[in-house]
Order: sequence, then structure tokens, then C-alpha cells
Amino acid sequence: MSDKPEKFIDENGLRLDGRRIDEIRPMKMEIGVLSRADGSCYLEWGKNKVLAAVYGPRELHPRRLQKADSVLIRYRYNMAAFSVEDRIRPGPSRRSTEISKVSREAFEPVVLTHLYPGAVIDVFAEVLQADAGTRTAAINAASVALADAGIPMKGLVSACAVGKVDGKLVLDLNKPEDNYGDADIPMAMTSDGEITLIQMDGDVTQEEFKQAIEMCKEGCRQIMEIQKETLRNKFTKLDEVDISDDEEDVDVSALVESTLESAEDDDIEDKESDSDEEEDATPESSEEDEDIDVDESHSDFEAVELVEDFEESFTDVDEEEDVSDGEDDEEKD
Amino acid sequence: MGNEVMSVLKKDYIYNLMLKGKRADGRNFDEIRDIEISTNVIEKAEGSAWIKMGGTEILVGVKMQVGTPFPDSADQGVIITSMELNPIASPDFEAGPPRENAIEMARVTDRGIRESGAIDLNKLCITEGEEVWMVFIDIHVLNNEGNIQDVSSLGAIAALLTAVVPGEREGRGEDMPMPIRDMPVSVTLVDIGGEMMVDPDLDEETVCDTRITIVSNQDGSISGMQKSGDGALTEEKLLKAVSIACQKASELREAHLLNI
Repeated sequence: MSDKPEKFIDENGLRLDGRRIDEIRPMKMEIGVLSRADGSCYLEWGKNKVLAAVYGPRELHPRRLQKADSVLIRYRYNMAAFSVEDRIRPGPSRRSTEISKVSREAFEPVVLTHLYPGAVIDVFAEVLQADAGTRTAAINAASVALADAGIPMKGLVSACAVGKVDGKLVLDLNKPEDNYGDADIPMAMTSDGEITLIQMDGDVTQEEFKQAIEMCKEGCRQIMEIQKETLRNKFTKLDEVDISDDEEDVDVSALVESTLESAEDDDIEDKESDSDEEEDATPESSEEDEDIDVDESHSDFEAVELVEDFEESFTDVDEEEDVSDGEDDEEKD
Repeated sequence: MGNEVMSVLKKDYIYNLMLKGKRADGRNFDEIRDIEISTNVIEKAEGSAWIKMGGTEILVGVKMQVGTPFPDSADQGVIITSMELNPIASPDFEAGPPRENAIEMARVTDRGIRESGAIDLNKLCITEGEEVWMVFIDIHVLNNEGNIQDVSSLGAIAALLTAVVPGEREGRGEDMPMPIRDMPVSVTLVDIGGEMMVDPDLDEETVCDTRITIVSNQDGSISGMQKSGDGALTEEKLLKAVSIACQKASELREAHLLNI
């Protein structure tokens, strides 16, 4: 109780950290920061530091957890023991269990879960440093990490909290406001304003609550801009480098071809693997506005591709099996 | 709850009824099931309430003991709320430590009571920084026919209203009634892709995409809220839910709590 500030908002309408009441803390995001994860995002928001990683869709064990008609989403919100003033005991707590649950449910409405029946998407959100608003920070990072992993979604989710101090509603609570404020309302929204997470504790009137949603909406809109910008940066860069990654894939596909002992000449194989690459790239990049129009550059080969597609429809199954066999071997090594 | 096996047919049935403005058990969309409350049913507890809402039955016991306060609230008593989804209550409940559903509902109940200031925690301080009363609210679910959340929250406040601080037993002065200042009441609505319904029964709860719980106080202010489930809510629906919930909460308070 001792360090409760006397006033949260000064005569100029500025808060303890100098922000206006409707201003969010500065936010920085970096994408693809973990090499082993399928998607990842590091987020700094004020003094919050959060790392989110996405693995999957991947096979789910134990099998009894599998869902026949949709992918299972698992979300683990975890605070590092050193992330707060007084060390917290590592491992799940009642608080983190609840946050994990509601955060998972914040993503369920946007992820196209029916596409991967029986599989699992694991989302791990690690709070490395906490400074009020960690669940919303984790959701913002996880949202970008999911997009980075190429998980098909209806759109991004952005999250932000509104609180009440000195009888006034404020956007994106800082630590003292969170600790000593009169209310805390974290929300997560989609780009069209659908609310996918809402929690509240404190004391507000119905009128204030209405106003809080509006403030939150504006906050989430700004955050979504930052999220989109982060994704755009990565995937436009990817477009520019383009070919560099392709070499490996060519080798794999050449290997497959040779095991099949097909008598095709190498040129065509190269082209085929190119076209595979496009198919992989398109869903990822169409996630965001930048349309990477790969098709154009290869228009010369359209005829060849058609033939290839036709052939593929026969050989598809075999090839896939071969490829997966190959991967298994690698793992054993 | 979502984990009970529910056929697609049943979901269609409930959905189609909803389109006709009906519910399977004949209630209106804003009608809460019949409620029975008996208080002080467990003599050994400091306060208790047995509550039945429709077919859902819950027993809430309040126990108190002397403990040390948290360092950041040295002059305040401590509230600890826990919920057990007892395996006698449903074939889907298993014994063992609470899982996320139970934890979530216990925490929402806890926040409603805590944030509304329902208990005057300063009056539960014995010696500042050293000794305070700890209030344990244990929610025992006996039969699950849906909407455990609202039943627990109503049961918890009913049990608290009857609780007596056991000063004599613990050698800390005289017994006194639990210092209650407000009566937060939670009202849950479900959205099954159209109209919102209050107080979902088991089937409605199972087929719904989204569940929203709103805890409101005597003066009509809101002290807690939680969205649960795999769906999303539009702003319009949320605001409608809030106004229905506040109104229903005041009816519940009037009918069932003020006479305890």
C-alpha cells in the first residue's frame, strides 16, 4: 500500500509515465527469432518482454487427445521466475492456468481449425520480463507468431487493456495503474471488432464499460498496424531474396525423382520444384496484404507445368511416401 | 464445458428452437431456473449454503482461520476461493487436482467477491502485518446440470452472509458476523449463434460457442467479467449481455439474498 501514487494523472492530463490517457506504450516486435520454431515473435511493450513460439500443426500425442474434426490448439502462458520483482515459483500456477485457457480461446475463433484434424498447434508464450499487461502482450506476440508459422487464420488478433484510475478510463495500464487502479479490463479483438477475449475485475459503471470498449478498439487498431507492419517487413524481404532458399528443395526433389528412376531431364524437375515452392509460399504471403506475384516470372513454363501437374496426379502418393521415408531416416541418423 | 459428448442433432435441435424463440426446457431467453437456497447447513463451517438452480446443486462452505497477511496488504484479511468439480457431480468429472475449468470458475467467483469489496477486509485484520483472518471459500459441486459459475457465485455470497468470524474459538476476542458490504451476483449468458440466453442448462452450455459471465453489484456497477469458450462476441452483443446481466442480478439479489 505504501508506494501508491497520490495522483495517477497530472493537471496536464498526463499519466505517471508521461502518456496521454488514450496512448499505448511504445511497442516493438521482431519476427522469426527462433530457428527451431515454425513461427516466433519477440515483443517489447513498455518494459514487458515476451517471446512467443508456435510449433505445428504437428502430430498430437497421446492420441486420445486428438480431435477428429479439428486441430487442437494448446496455449501455454508462462512467466519466467525472474520476470518480476519477487521471484515467482516456476511452473504452472492457478493464474497462469486461467490465462492460458482464456488466451487459447482468444485464438480459437480465428484459426481455421478444421483444416488439420487430429493435429495440434502449440503456442508457447514466455514472459521474460513483466510490467503490467503481460497476457495482452503475450497474445499480441502469439498472434504474429501464428502468422509467421503460416497457420491459416481469418485474421490477426490484437489485445489491449483498459483500466480506471482517478475515476478516469486509461488505455494500456502501466504497473502502478495496474496495482492500485480501480479496474482492469483486458480485451482481445479481431480486425473487424469481434471480441475474442474479455475479462474484467474492478468496479466500473455500465456507461464506463461501453466507453472502455471503444478505447480498447482504438488501442487494438494501433497494435494491429504494428503487427501487420512486422509481418510485412519479413515477407517482403523474403520476396526480394527469393531464390536463395530454393537450392535445397531442388536437391530433395531431384533425389526423389532419381529414386523413382524417372527418365525425365533435369530442366523440367527444376521447374517443377519451383512451382512447388510457389504453392508453399502463397498461403503464407497472402496472410498479409503484400501479394507476392510469383506466377508471373514463370509464365514461360506454364505448358510444362500443366504436364507436370498432370503427371503429379499419378505420382503424388508415391512421392510423398518417399519424402517422408527420407525424413525419417534423417531423424534416425 | 464443451467436453460432454453431444450429437450434432442435439445442437441443431437447440439451435432451431432458438430460431423459433424457444428453449428446450420451455424457459424464456432471459429466464433463470428456479432457485432454492438453504443456509447454515454445515454446523462445523463458519458459514455455508446449499444451493440448487434448476438441477445444478452446489454446496459452499466458508472456513476461517488466523494467518499472516500478504506483505502488500498488511492490514487486510485474505480470501482464498477454490472449487472442486467432484466426480459425484457428473460422469465427466474426475478426481484429482483442479483443472482449468474449475480454476477459471473459482477465480471468476473470487474476483467478483474481491473486487466488489463485498467483504470489508480491513475489519478482518487482527494485528497489522502479523495476524489477519483468512477466509476460505470452498465450492463443492454436487450435481452438474449446467451453469456452475452462477450457482457458485450466488452460493458463495449466501454462505458469506451467514458466516460468523470464530473469534472465541481461535482466542481472538468475540465472535462477530462476517463484515459484508456488497452482494456481487454473477449472471452468465451463452451465445449459440443468435439470441443470448441467461442461465444455460447443460445442453445449452455444451453446444454454445461463447459464454459470458458478468458480475454486478448492488449499485448496478460491474465488478467482474469473463468470456469463456471458443467463439467471439460482437460489441453489440456484449453490451446487451451486460445490461441483461445487471438487471437479472438485481432480481436475484432481491429474491434470494436480501432475506438471508
